[in-house]
Amino acid sequence: MMNYLWGGMILLGILWAFFSGRMDAVSDAALTGAEDAVGLCITMLGVMCMWTGLMEIARAAGIVEKLSGGISPAMQKLFPGVPPGSKAEEYISLNVIANVLGLGWAATPAGLKAMKELDVLREKRGLPKGIATKDMCNFLIFNISSLQLIPVNLIAYRSQYGSENPTGIIAPAILATLCSTLVAVVFILLVNRFYKEGGDA
Amino acid sequence: MDYLIRISGMILPMVIVGVVAAGLWKKQDVYTLFIKGAEDGMRTVAGILPTLVGLMVAVGILRASGFLDFLAAVIAPFGKIICLPGEVVPFLLVKMFSSSAATGLALDLFASYGTDSYIGTLVSLAMASTETIFYTMSVYFLAVNVSKSRYTLLGALLATFAGIGASVWIALAMQ
Repeated sequence: MMNYLWGGMILLGILWAFFSGRMDAVSDAALTGAEDAVGLCITMLGVMCMWTGLMEIARAAGIVEKLSGGISPAMQKLFPGVPPGSKAEEYISLNVIANVLGLGWAATPAGLKAMKELDVLREKRGLPKGIATKDMCNFLIFNISSLQLIPVNLIAYRSQYGSENPTGIIAPAILATLCSTLVAVVFILLVNRFYKEGGDA
Repeated sequence: MDYLIRISGMILPMVIVGVVAAGLWKKQDVYTLFIKGAEDGMRTVAGILPTLVGLMVAVGILRASGFLDFLAAVIAPFGKIICLPGEVVPFLLVKMFSSSAATGLALDLFASYGTDSYIGTLVSLAMASTETIFYTMSVYFLAVNVSKSRYTLLGALLATFAGIGASVWIALAMQ
C-alpha cells in the first residue's frame, strides 16, 4: 500500500505535469520538497529532543504510569494486543493525551516511540515484519481521527482575520471532532470484533 | 479570547516544571535522564529524515503538477450535493497531505470570504476535525519499516469523511 501510494503520487504528478506543460514547476517542487524536509527535520530536532528528554524524566518519576493507568481500560478496548502497563501502552497514552491537549510537538515523539514499541510487540508475537499489526492500524486510525479539544492555532487565525467571535468556534469544533473520533472508534471496535490478526487485507 | 491564549501559553511551562519537580521529588537523576531521552529523540528524527524527504518530494510534485486542482474541479459538483462549496474542496484535499499547505489555503479563504461566513465556519471546523492522513501514515509506518498498511487508510478516510460531514452539518446549523 505505502509503495503504491508513494509511487502513485510521483508517477501521477509527473505524467500530469508532462501533459499540462508544468514540468519546470515540478522539477522545482521536487527539489524544494527535499530541501524543506531537511529544514523541517532541523526545526524538529530541538523540540523533539526536548520532549523525549522530558518524557524520560516523566517515565522515571512514575508520571507516565499514572496518566496511562487512568485511560488504560479504554486503551485495552481499542488496542487489545497491547499488554496493560507495557511501554507501548504508556507511549500510546502519552500520544493521546498530548493530542487532546493540543501539544502537537509532544504528540509526535510519543507516537513514534509507540510505533517502535508496537513493532517490538509484533516481533515477540512472531508476526511477519513489514505488515502492520492490528494495533498499529488501530492506533493510526485513532490518531488520524483528530483528538484535539481546543484548536488554539485556529482561534488565533480567526481573530487575526477579523472574526467577531473567534472562540465561538470551540464548542462546534469539539462536536465535529467528536463525530470523526466516534466513527474511528466504532470502526476500530468492529475490526477488533470481526477481523483476525494475520490476514492480508 | 485572551484568557484562552494565556492558558495555552501556560501549558508548556507548567508541564516542564511539573515533570522536573516530580523527578527531583522522586530523587531521580533528572539531568542524565533528560540527556538520555534527548539522544533517543535525536535518533528518531534522524531516522525519519529519509521518510520526510521522500514524502515531501512526492507531495511537492503532486501539488505543482496541478493534478490536485483538477481533482478538486472534478469533485466540486458532487460536493454541491451535500452543500460543500467548490471553494473548500482544494483545502480538504490538500489537508490530507500537508498541514502547512492546507493552513495557507484556509487563510486565503478567510481573507476572501470572512471567518464567520458559511465557508469560513466550514473551513474552521474541517481544520479542527481532520488530520493529515497521508503524512501521518507515511511518517509513522515508515518509522518501523511497515509497507503493508492493511485497513488503516480505509478507517482513516472514514473518520475524515465523518469529520467533513459533521463540519458541513454544523456549519449549516450555525448560519
